[in-house]
Amino acid sequence: MENVNEVRQLDVPDIKRGTPLKQRASRLLKSYQLYLFVLPAVLYYVLFHYVPLYGIQIAFKNFLAFKGIAGSPWVGLEHFERFFRSFEFTKIILNTIKLSVLQLVVGFPAPIILALMLNQLMHKRFKKFVQTVIYAPHFISTVVIAGMLFLFLSPDTGMVNKLIGLFGGEPVFFMGDPDWFRPVYVLSEIWQNTGWGTIIYLAALTTISPELHESAVVDGANKFQRILHIDIPGIMPTAVILLILSTGNIMSLGFEKVYLLQTPLNLPSSEIISTYVYKTGLVGAQYSFSTAVGLFNSIINFIILITVNQIAKKASNTSLW
Amino acid sequence: MFKRSLADIWFDRVNMLLIVTGLAIIVYPLYFVVLASVTDPGAVQMTLFWPEKFSLEGYKKILDSDNLWVGYKNSFVYAILGTIINLCLTLPAAYALSRKDMKGRSTVMLFITFTMFFSGGLIPTYLTVKELGLLDSVWAMVIPNAVGAWNLIIARTFFQSTIPDELLEAAKIDGCSDAKFFWKMVLPLSQALIAIMVLFYGVAHWNSYFNALIYLRDQELFPLQLVLRSILIENQISNDMMTDMSSMGDQLRAAELIKYGMIIIAALPLLILYPFLQNYFVKGVMIGSIKG
Repeated sequence: MENVNEVRQLDVPDIKRGTPLKQRASRLLKSYQLYLFVLPAVLYYVLFHYVPLYGIQIAFKNFLAFKGIAGSPWVGLEHFERFFRSFEFTKIILNTIKLSVLQLVVGFPAPIILALMLNQLMHKRFKKFVQTVIYAPHFISTVVIAGMLFLFLSPDTGMVNKLIGLFGGEPVFFMGDPDWFRPVYVLSEIWQNTGWGTIIYLAALTTISPELHESAVVDGANKFQRILHIDIPGIMPTAVILLILSTGNIMSLGFEKVYLLQTPLNLPSSEIISTYVYKTGLVGAQYSFSTAVGLFNSIINFIILITVNQIAKKASNTSLW
Repeated sequence: MFKRSLADIWFDRVNMLLIVTGLAIIVYPLYFVVLASVTDPGAVQMTLFWPEKFSLEGYKKILDSDNLWVGYKNSFVYAILGTIINLCLTLPAAYALSRKDMKGRSTVMLFITFTMFFSGGLIPTYLTVKELGLLDSVWAMVIPNAVGAWNLIIARTFFQSTIPDELLEAAKIDGCSDAKFFWKMVLPLSQALIAIMVLFYGVAHWNSYFNALIYLRDQELFPLQLVLRSILIENQISNDMMTDMSSMGDQLRAAELIKYGMIIIAALPLLILYPFLQNYFVKGVMIGSIKG
């Protein structure tokens, strides 16, 4: 109610009071308000993103709680060397890379293909219905997804093993087998996020001029040819940007789901850098060591991001910067 | 209209078949959870499409247990308080950064987007939160993620593309201040955006367990997701739910039933909101993708 009244008041161009000087002062006051708008967010970023960046120095120090971040003694690259020499090093790096690459190779094309297929549906209401359904799993929490996986894949009561039993197979202990960890992770990831991933491609598809399709039809192109020669080139820039972003994140694989799916039995393939950082750092209280491992990870990540961005720039003229 | 060629007819058929199959793959696990949560524990082994023996035993046991409800209450508080904080910080900042006449806005944007690629990492962030005295408090759940850079970019793009410059000029001539303009004109015009932000931030709060895992020790403060984790994944079903169970087999089956029921109860708020909000969030992601 109040809004409506105010809007009406604004519509009436009545008041033009005040000297030019006052106007100038009030203009200053106005932009002053804009800066006040940004201030809380900037403060937040300083406190929770830039202060921790300053704290990264403990990777090169021997952090002692009573001396604080600045007061702890420097130890150089000791923590990095310890990590490189540790027997877990190769295993953890390989696990991280294998899981991310598998996730990228299978998970990246999936939403593109699905979006291209959805785009061909002619029945508008059916398309809308399909979209509503396939976006839904995105909103399920990681804990629930992991819980569902444990329930479905349980060797004695899970429905998947029941089905295997129905066809005369032996029950598989999915969550206790290192070989099954990666397929379970990637497939459930695809189940949850492929639908949601189509949104951005469907948006890109709507920007393709319908005239292109019309003239292609006149020239006798069938649907498959039009997808191949019109739709795919049309969404290429979007796909390249997303590919750069996801390869840039290849080493910073989500902690949450991996950690939940870990069991003592599948650890040989499920221990990755972020879970290792959590366990050594917070659980084991080796603050400096764990920060060093995390920093090493970020650096590798950043190098990959820059490399992929450069390659994309050369190959397709699309890049982040 | 053109007549569809034979190739196109087959294309459409195969396409339809694949999409319907995909739809079934997505829906069936969800349906199965609902089904298993209302099926008598003894019969759940055989049930695949329809409850063999209908039973609400699982839900009864869940309703009787109180640590789930503590988690539920906490999650509600974190989601509502957290989302309010998110909106209060994100919307004004995004609006100011959308204004072309604001000097230094690209510097501020760079300052913010920089954090999307470089972060202090787990331990330095934890130490900061600890240093600020937020550990083991409600604030640890709502302050360390008070602004999401991606959401800020979506909001900024929205303001840039929907608030016409002429409107601002007209208001300025009338002597309207920026704060007043934002409050009286921009926000009422941005209902779609606000809905998206509420959905994105709210769902993130409701579903997150990581911050609680690292910042909370006090069980009374645990959000729903941590309670769910202990039951679904660590199998810690409290004894009060299991008192009348005689054999191990019975207990195991009852535990399954409780787990399925919990999944449904945890998802309930989102299930209710989802149909109302789903029109908005598609728009939201599209707004974000314009800038890409």
